[in-house]
Amino acid sequence: MAVKSPSVAVITGNNAAAEAARLARVDVIAAYPITPQSGVVEALAAYVESGKLNAEFVNVESEHSAMGVCIGAAVAGSRVFTASSANGLAYMSEQLSWVAGSRLPIVMGCANRAMSAPWNVLNDQQDAMSQRDHGWIQLYCRDNQEIFDTFLQAFRIAELLSLPVMVCYDGFILSHTVMPVEIPDQAAVDAFLPALTPQIIVDNSDPRNINPVTLANPRENGSGTLCHGYMEFRYLMQEAHQEALNTIESVDAEYASAFGRSSGGLCWTYGPEDAEVIMVAAGSLANEATVAADLLEETGLRAGVLGIRSYRPFPDAAVARALKKARRVIVFDKSLTYGYGGPIFIDVQAALFRHQVTPEVHGYIAGLGGRDINARQLAEAVTESMGWDRAQQGPKPTSWLNLQL
Amino acid sequence: MTTNLLQLPEMEYLLPGNRACAGCSIGIAFRHVTKALDGKAVLVVPASCFTVLCGMYPTSSVTLPVVNCTFPSTAAVASGISASLKKQGRHDIATVAIAGDGGTADIGIQALSGAAERNTDLLFICYDNEAYMNTGTQRSSMTPLGARTTTTPNYGKQQYSKDVPAIMEAHNIPYIATASPGYPGDLYDKVYKARFMTGCRYMHLSAPCPAGWHFPAADTVTVARNAVESGAFVLYEIENGHFRLTGKSLRLAEKDKRISVGEYLSGQGRFAKTDDDTIALLQEQVDARWTEITARHFQENPGS
Repeated sequence: MAVKSPSVAVITGNNAAAEAARLARVDVIAAYPITPQSGVVEALAAYVESGKLNAEFVNVESEHSAMGVCIGAAVAGSRVFTASSANGLAYMSEQLSWVAGSRLPIVMGCANRAMSAPWNVLNDQQDAMSQRDHGWIQLYCRDNQEIFDTFLQAFRIAELLSLPVMVCYDGFILSHTVMPVEIPDQAAVDAFLPALTPQIIVDNSDPRNINPVTLANPRENGSGTLCHGYMEFRYLMQEAHQEALNTIESVDAEYASAFGRSSGGLCWTYGPEDAEVIMVAAGSLANEATVAADLLEETGLRAGVLGIRSYRPFPDAAVARALKKARRVIVFDKSLTYGYGGPIFIDVQAALFRHQVTPEVHGYIAGLGGRDINARQLAEAVTESMGWDRAQQGPKPTSWLNLQL
Repeated sequence: MTTNLLQLPEMEYLLPGNRACAGCSIGIAFRHVTKALDGKAVLVVPASCFTVLCGMYPTSSVTLPVVNCTFPSTAAVASGISASLKKQGRHDIATVAIAGDGGTADIGIQALSGAAERNTDLLFICYDNEAYMNTGTQRSSMTPLGARTTTTPNYGKQQYSKDVPAIMEAHNIPYIATASPGYPGDLYDKVYKARFMTGCRYMHLSAPCPAGWHFPAADTVTVARNAVESGAFVLYEIENGHFRLTGKSLRLAEKDKRISVGEYLSGQGRFAKTDDDTIALLQEQVDARWTEITARHFQENPGS
């Protein structure tokens, strides 16, 4: 069957997420409103009510229950969807751990927003970063097209690996900003994303006790077969994350051949091969950094960008490869692990050390709680960083961009 | 007519030799619950004594599918299963959530209230052993006035317990019932009825606990029966808003021959040091409740 040429819609990031969920033919949607995520689920509710999407929409009373419904529906064999932000994401925290431990291929959106207190509904990435260690794959998007593309890829990745995927996109900056997004037709999406083959089936002829108490050590079942202990299950989860380093690349490549558009796989680069300085960031900030790189080029500094798309699993080898020729690496984090530094900054340094690549790495905290960041400020930060003399001044402390104390 | 024990199906769905404590009433109750479900259900279970009864990976004492879930999310996970089965057009099995009193009345009440307000197609069964027994008998909102627990060690609980079925009735759900392992025929009939209804059904089971209430393991059924015969636990159902006393409680209403609350509590170590004034308050609470419920029963069932 001939694939129709895609239509282009000028839509918000939230609507791009909803369009992807609709075309992924999700069976069950459960969500609770929170700014700036609400637009996704409003759009999906409208699709379900109008019959544009044949799904069960469950209006839950909390985010904890939103993920609870997703867990139940996924266990029973449905493709599910939810989205949240900030406090909502934190409220479903124990469920996030439960989902990953259950190896459920749940895909959720996170319209990134600052964590309270004090109240702040604007963008940074503290919410998703704070949920880093539950065992979810985290993919960050730089624009609305990438939100759409990444969601479709996320279902494929999740279902291939039996791992949940959180698709992160910056609140307001992307969630509420309209951009042109190419929307393929249903047949093309169906060809890329086949119907879910559930791993866990609620079947009374073959009843299972799913997620019972599991001891530290392996234990025999009724027929004398030694079955995994808790630690073996956890190792297999880590192994799946290692495999995800390949799967995220291969699914992006498949997507590119089907739709003519790549999202960069694990990470993407911008700028000259021999860039002297490389800026590193995730999400829309990395896009802004490409403009800063152009500004720096005009001043004669060869500058590039490394965009982190997959934050977990962290592509340490790809990161080291991308940064090995740079003299200086400047990491901009929109979140902070308090008492140390930006999480991407920390991970980049560890990756470089592990692969014995030794550019000097500087960290900047930027854009917390919606503080505006423009390309000029990023370029100025790079200029400041280039002037730092480690021999004279020691290791550069993490700087806060546009702090107005 | 209440189903006679001899008429119960012979098929067993809870296997013997499970990990529940000696004399645990939950095994008795759910043996009959699963018979009434004819094994055609998926059970959703949060952290609770029932988790212990089910056993540890890779063995299980339950021959029905069991989906374990986080403590607060029983009704939400059950809602998800129910939504998925509906989407798949599957009507072969019922979604049955099973939680203790803490998992129902305390940490689980938000999700339960949400599921009830949505009138989700599921049966939620609370087994009420009146404290957090799985973690070592800490006080819950369902612990009765005066009862000693490990978190009310000296004076006993200072507050009355919640009336969860009344909270559920306020959600206008189609079926609410109470039942006791001391009266398995009545319990069986109610689960059997609930199984074939649609929408959100709630059942509240009395669950005497030898380990936490401090009575001999051999006395579980006697204690369960005394709870009903004293009127402290009332057997009734509310079907589409229609209230009806059932089984032993119906006969108690007619004859007004309840044993005293003091007699019901006398064999229980958790009340051993409770003073007479507190026992008198509990008796007053029971008497006041019975004035209300007998009036309601005879008003709504004029011929009975």
